[in-house]
Amino acid sequence: MGHDYIAQEFSLPANKTLIYLSLATAVLINLMPFDKVVLALRPDFVALILLYWNIHQPRQVGMGVAFLTGLIMDVIDTSVMGQHALAYCLITFLALILHRRLRLFNALRQIPAVLWILLLGQAMVFLTGVLVGTYAPEWHFFLASVTGALCWPVLVFLLGNFRKQQIEPDEI
Amino acid sequence: MQTSPQFFKVGPSPLAQLFFFVLLSVAIMVADTRSDFVSEARRVIGSVISPLQKLAYLPFSLQDKLDQYIEDFRLIEDIDHLRKAYLTSRHDFFRLQALTGENERLRALLGAAKQTELQPVLAEILYTPRDPFSRKITLDKGDSSGIKPGQVVIDDLGVIGQVTQVFPWTSEVTLITDKNHMVPVQIDRNGLRTVISGAGKNSELELRFLSINTDIQEGDLLSTSGIGGVYPSGLPVGRVVHIEYDRSHKFARIICAPVAGVDRHRQVLILIGSVPTPVISDNPEPHAPQKNQKTRNNGT
Repeated sequence: MGHDYIAQEFSLPANKTLIYLSLATAVLINLMPFDKVVLALRPDFVALILLYWNIHQPRQVGMGVAFLTGLIMDVIDTSVMGQHALAYCLITFLALILHRRLRLFNALRQIPAVLWILLLGQAMVFLTGVLVGTYAPEWHFFLASVTGALCWPVLVFLLGNFRKQQIEPDEI
Repeated sequence: MQTSPQFFKVGPSPLAQLFFFVLLSVAIMVADTRSDFVSEARRVIGSVISPLQKLAYLPFSLQDKLDQYIEDFRLIEDIDHLRKAYLTSRHDFFRLQALTGENERLRALLGAAKQTELQPVLAEILYTPRDPFSRKITLDKGDSSGIKPGQVVIDDLGVIGQVTQVFPWTSEVTLITDKNHMVPVQIDRNGLRTVISGAGKNSELELRFLSINTDIQEGDLLSTSGIGGVYPSGLPVGRVVHIEYDRSHKFARIICAPVAGVDRHRQVLILIGSVPTPVISDNPEPHAPQKNQKTRNNGT
């Protein structure tokens, strides 16, 4: 674990493309026009990816990237500019201050913490939306955080696999 | 090991970053709600991510197209099916229409039969000759049903013709429009007796040999006079539609139209036991009664 951790920290430059690729994929999934039920249950993949990279590679994705991605999401959601940016910055902040503690657990045990972080992010979106007055979502708006937290282990497994494929040649 | 992240740590602390970005996003939010300045940035970002948007929509539009394709096939099948069903029901519908019309005519025929006080036999037209100049039809009733030559055939409106030839199960009827067929008639308006004959055309009758000064007008109804014993009196035959006085001729040219649907219906009535006719009994051979009757009719 410790060795893996150091390896991660040292293999930073090789992961840049993966980071931006995963972010772009997340934006792509968020862009997909789904129907009612799927739309209600669809987790915010951008938030999940930001969380992942800020937990596992805290120096790579700063708040600046989170802020820019948030602006893009604001354009996609046609919400007030800065709404998602603020929430993503909050998520990034929480991930940055918690990442060392979180990495002591495996992906399954990270689920509750991820759920709380995602809920806080959504609460931020909700609050700003209500304050600006453009936004009055239903209660099932928060279901996306639950599904997002449930998606978390799968995401960790997938991205971990990708990263190992990139890391292993360096280690040998 | 725990210090290693600290070693790489550069830049402001997360809290400071958060503070900065919270301020920035709040400023942007306020700017977005208060002015149009941010919408320009929104437009730029939108145009940047539009290819991504198209990419995201691609699977859905593909699925739509696929669905459409499958739906098309199903629709084609459906249309085929419906067309067949339509044809079948169309056929039923035509039959229904024909039956309705037939029923109405039959009712009318029953009414007409009551007026004549003769025993009617309903007969159906089996076929009409293929020769367009022949004014004869064949009915599905013959000797076995008591049909005799010389019996009158009518429909719900008036006289159609008379039976001229009888076979065991069929009989031949000469229509009143036949050029050689004549009917003794009377003008309803003034009781003028005359003889009407066919013109050899589909719905045309002629009053020949009426002098120019005869009292006849367009619209006059001509009914059978009962003279001659073949036709019972009072059956409508035709109506005068055209009178032509030509000075160079001795007689007026008077065109009539038959009242009955001579060339229309499928069911007709044969009036059995019409008039006790000595002519028919005179002529035991049933296959050539027409000439006899004609000469007799001409004599009237």
